Amino acid sequence: MYTIRKWSVRNARLLERVYSGVEHSLIKAAPLLNKIGHDKLEAPVAAIEKGIKGVLFDCQMCGQCALSSTGMSCPMNCPKSIRNGPCGGVRTDGFCEVKPEMRCVWVEAWKGAEQMKNGSDISTVQIAVDHRLKGKSSWLKVVRDKAPAEHTEVKPT
Amino acid sequence: MTFTDEPVAGYPMPMLAGHSSPGRFERVLRAGHFAVTSELAPPDSADPAAVYERAALFDGYVDAINATDGSGAHCHMGSLAVCALLTRLGYSLIQQISCRDKNRIAIQGDILGGAAMGVCNMLCLSGDGVQTGDHPEAKPVFDLDCMSLLDIARTMRDKSTFQSGRKLDSPPQVFLGAAANPFVEPFDWRPLRLAKKVAAGAQFVQTQYCYDVPRLREYMQKVRDLGLHDKVFIIVGVGPLASARSAEWIRSNVPGVHIPDSVITRLKGAENQKAEGLQLCVDLIQEIREIEGVDGVHIMAYRQEHAVPDIVSRSGILNGRTPWHPKLYDGDATVQQHMENIQ
Repeated sequence: MYTIRKWSVRNARLLERVYSGVEHSLIKAAPLLNKIGHDKLEAPVAAIEKGIKGVLFDCQMCGQCALSSTGMSCPMNCPKSIRNGPCGGVRTDGFCEVKPEMRCVWVEAWKGAEQMKNGSDISTVQIAVDHRLKGKSSWLKVVRDKAPAEHTEVKPT
Repeated sequence: MTFTDEPVAGYPMPMLAGHSSPGRFERVLRAGHFAVTSELAPPDSADPAAVYERAALFDGYVDAINATDGSGAHCHMGSLAVCALLTRLGYSLIQQISCRDKNRIAIQGDILGGAAMGVCNMLCLSGDGVQTGDHPEAKPVFDLDCMSLLDIARTMRDKSTFQSGRKLDSPPQVFLGAAANPFVEPFDWRPLRLAKKVAAGAQFVQTQYCYDVPRLREYMQKVRDLGLHDKVFIIVGVGPLASARSAEWIRSNVPGVHIPDSVITRLKGAENQKAEGLQLCVDLIQEIREIEGVDGVHIMAYRQEHAVPDIVSRSGILNGRTPWHPKLYDGDATVQQHMENIQ
């Protein structure tokens, strides 16, 4: 998995294109998704999302995906859960302070962002995580956040 | 140095226009002085006298004292308690807040509590990993990281609400700080991360130990290119090394501390390594203060706190000023009475 994760960062530009395609299609499909109902879709979509993103990014299913702003390196793999890294403890060779066998997630993120079209999004401050969303699908969340309001059933979380 | 309207110990000063806090530390920086801060090693003790003694070592030599929050993931007296004891004597404190041990509910409570006790400066940190400390089996919390913590603290101050949006009756008037480490990978990204911290609310930063001035110069060049030196006060971390052996140990065991070979060689070659370590610290300060955009130094003299006055005097950075300290009030009967009541 770690090898695939590293591959994903190396291919951040490609994955960014795939990702924006997926996002575009999801938003287009919003009326249909809304008709079926997000409650019904939540479990199967989350399972698919976990399968795909688990393989590609070691995704931890935080439910509020930031990959497009983190060079396609999942920040939830940082042992300190830092979503605005890297911390000051990075080892001289770019390895993690806590897990010396792992490359710093944020050293990788920086490399990934350099290749991406919207790599400068890495400068956006990621605000505090909403832990209620853990395990939920962030794809469906994107639909709720970005699709026009009249097509969405906005539910308080 | 004292201001014309210096307070009685334990009572706040008036807040000046354009300032975020009523604190002396912010005033020193905004007045353009080269600031000196140091950190107090919190005792492994429940005796307040230990805190008073350690703070008194810095009397007249530092503008603010950092109260560390379980630094190196080791257990000591808590940051908030050290602040409580010392703000009552009028000291200017920098309350360190680490995200490692507390979630956002506890942290926001500590921000209000600290400000209520007269803490005017807060340093927002992610925190060292638990594996470096004396309780590696502990559960790391990390509900927030340093940036989301800065964002929350700024929201509390400027919008007068908790992160939840719930209103505060009275917001914490605090000068917000963060840490920076220009000395470890990824070097290109470090100045941009500083920019991000500024965007999240940092008004001052204190850096990790600097033993590599050329690397600091490169960092500061990029910081100036980004215009950040006008937006954030940069206080560079320094500290005396006790010996070449201890420098080697720190280099391989303390995460984030970069010590070049030249430093180790210099210490090894010295007859009195401890004295050479102090001289090295003084030399570094003198080089660092010349770098454009550096606003002060943060002296972290672990287990050598008593050497701080000597380092400060020899480096000449106070330029003739004497930072405020409680003994400036010696002889004033009202204040004496107030101090006796506290202690």
